[in-house]
Amino acid sequence: MSTVFIAFQTNETSRMIVEAITDDNPEAVVNEQPAMVKVDAPGTLTVHRATVEDKLGRSFDLQELHVHLITLSGHIDESDDEFTLSWNAN
Amino acid sequence: MAVAAVKEYVGERKDVAANLPPGTQLTYVGWIDHLMFCAPFAFPLPSDMPFGAIVEAVLPEAFGAHPDFAKIDWSTVTWTKGRQPFTPDFSKSLADNGMKHKDSLTFSTPGLTGIKGSHS
Amino acid sequence: MTMTSEPTPAAKKKLGLKERYALMTRGLDWETTYQPMEKVFPYATYEGIKIHDWDAWQDPFRLTMDAYWKYQAEKEQKLYAIMDAFAQNNGHLGLTDARYLNSLKLFLTGVSPLEYMAHRGFAHVGRAMPGVGARVACQMQSLDELRHAQTQIHSMSNYNKLYDGFHSWRHMHDRVWYLSVPKSFFDDAITAGPFEFMIAIGFSFEYVLTNLLFVPFISGAAYNGDMGAMAFGFSAQSDESRHMTLGLEAIKFMLEQDPDNLPIVQRWIDKWFWRGYRVLTLVAMMLDYMLPKKVMSWKEAWEIYAEENGGALFADLARYGIRPPLGWQQACDDKEHLSHQAWSTFYQYQGAAPFHTWVPSPEDMAWEAEKYPNTFDQYYRPRFEYWAEQEAAGTRFNNATLPQLCQVCQIPMLFTEPGDPTRICYRESEYDGETYHTCSDGCQAIFDHEPEKYVQAWLPVHQIYQGHCFGPDADPTSPDFNPLLEVIKWYRMDVGTDNAPYEGSRDQENFQAWKAMQTKN
Repeated sequence: MSTVFIAFQTNETSRMIVEAITDDNPEAVVNEQPAMVKVDAPGTLTVHRATVEDKLGRSFDLQELHVHLITLSGHIDESDDEFTLSWNAN
Repeated sequence: MAVAAVKEYVGERKDVAANLPPGTQLTYVGWIDHLMFCAPFAFPLPSDMPFGAIVEAVLPEAFGAHPDFAKIDWSTVTWTKGRQPFTPDFSKSLADNGMKHKDSLTFSTPGLTGIKGSHS
Repeated sequence: MTMTSEPTPAAKKKLGLKERYALMTRGLDWETTYQPMEKVFPYATYEGIKIHDWDAWQDPFRLTMDAYWKYQAEKEQKLYAIMDAFAQNNGHLGLTDARYLNSLKLFLTGVSPLEYMAHRGFAHVGRAMPGVGARVACQMQSLDELRHAQTQIHSMSNYNKLYDGFHSWRHMHDRVWYLSVPKSFFDDAITAGPFEFMIAIGFSFEYVLTNLLFVPFISGAAYNGDMGAMAFGFSAQSDESRHMTLGLEAIKFMLEQDPDNLPIVQRWIDKWFWRGYRVLTLVAMMLDYMLPKKVMSWKEAWEIYAEENGGALFADLARYGIRPPLGWQQACDDKEHLSHQAWSTFYQYQGAAPFHTWVPSPEDMAWEAEKYPNTFDQYYRPRFEYWAEQEAAGTRFNNATLPQLCQVCQIPMLFTEPGDPTRICYRESEYDGETYHTCSDGCQAIFDHEPEKYVQAWLPVHQIYQGHCFGPDADPTSPDFNPLLEVIKWYRMDVGTDNAPYEGSRDQENFQAWKAMQTKN
């Protein structure tokens, strides 16, 4: 199965985002590198706005991801509530 | 194939021999098994220069820094031109040896395989 | 009087992301009447790409211009806060070693000017595309690229106050031999049509290769204490996610619009994967040789970002009939050799490069051997050890003869035959009565497809021999005329300082002296 990934700059907001991702995507693997954190997942990975808001204790617009993002891989489907990466050929 | 374009497309040939000083042609020379020299060299040479002058006057300065260079027995060296076996006549000019602008030569030195045999 | 007001009728439901995107990117255009549409968009069809419905274009991020400005402003504030703090705090003295700075000199001369060219390219392509969704995305990317060029120049200008080799990057980019490699890459892309440019830069470079440039190297910058480069690199890379997405959207869109587009797109992928891969030769040696503290080897980076990620991408695109690019397997095989061959080249041509080089230390060679157990000790250690001996004896190996260059990638012909690292790879083509030399099957196929384009290549070695690379005060008739020295001066290198070996350089001396002053009065 193809791997999707998303990577963020290391900071306090992205720490919460990564926690939200690992809560919601049990197969996600966190890989810490200097100044960055990369999350790999088989086939698909979803960021849920509600979980991130819960972690941050404030409202969160999923487009705020742009501020912390470094890179990603996979097709994107984004709505107000979910941000999903996936490959079609699993 | 033609370049896709909205009108007729003609490129300027940047490297024709006429752009060099008169009577000059480019020759490329690589030494097999000696990759300490990262790439073959490019030399602008007079077309009427005898081939032997390449060995006597051009290559020593370019390749002489290699410890194998002084050990070369030129009577055993084999040459290629355009990847094909080539037997130059050292007394004849480059032109009379059939060499044209931008020909690519290599030479092999039997028994010499670079630093500690690493092809370097 | 009553304090209660009418319930606001504006309790209208806030529009969802998809609706907002549709409103902001659709219906903004019109069919022209004073001029026919094909005259307004003259570059839309000549490449042979057939588009039937531009409204099928989707930006998966659904980013609209208002949101774009908001988040970009936020990124800039974060970036400049870090850059200012780094400069105010003498951050350069926190670097692991001043050798690190040489990777930045390479980056500034080789990469930052490409950001500016990308800005121009996307502005042009945005204008040329008849669909609004694509134009909005290109407009954002064009602005991003300008931002990248500016932030990189700002960030590295701090080093120019203190270290050599940073001063004439713009001048050098148009002249210096190895900089013709990235320059000609982008010139090739920007002189192609708009659809080819999208595949060249948007897809092949951004999606398949840019991670290799920015992610491990910038992580390495952080690892080596350079917060300035880390800040601009990751800030740029946050835009790259959007660029990659645009590139992927562009290729899917072209393939879904008409089956006739497939062979054209596939050929562009073959070409531009190879063109981009050749440019990354410089990055391979940055990771393996130029970072004092290394984050990962080129080989490891290639396995993660090319083999794994690119493999997933091409498996996904197979449903359109797309196969991995020609040259993919060779690039995977060459991961064992690329950085060693590249660093050997710059080491021996030290005199013609405005950054310092060195022989890897015994510890560094142990790292290379561990990362490259199949190749380093066998093929590359002997030459580095020999060069170390020569340096110790005071006879450093300086190659003063100009190399043969590839007609397409413009790199010296340093690459070896597939499967045989002991033989240089030579390819020859005949065109219009003249011989043209290329370094690989990939570059040869590119030449053979459009020879009329590549006969125009400004090959630095040939230009030097044609006498075009001397300053106005150079006198070739003078008895002590030294052509190579005159070329270096024309490059605006500070002779003996910028182009000197690291050992004994002013950078090395100053860095050590300033470090010593850090804890004393």
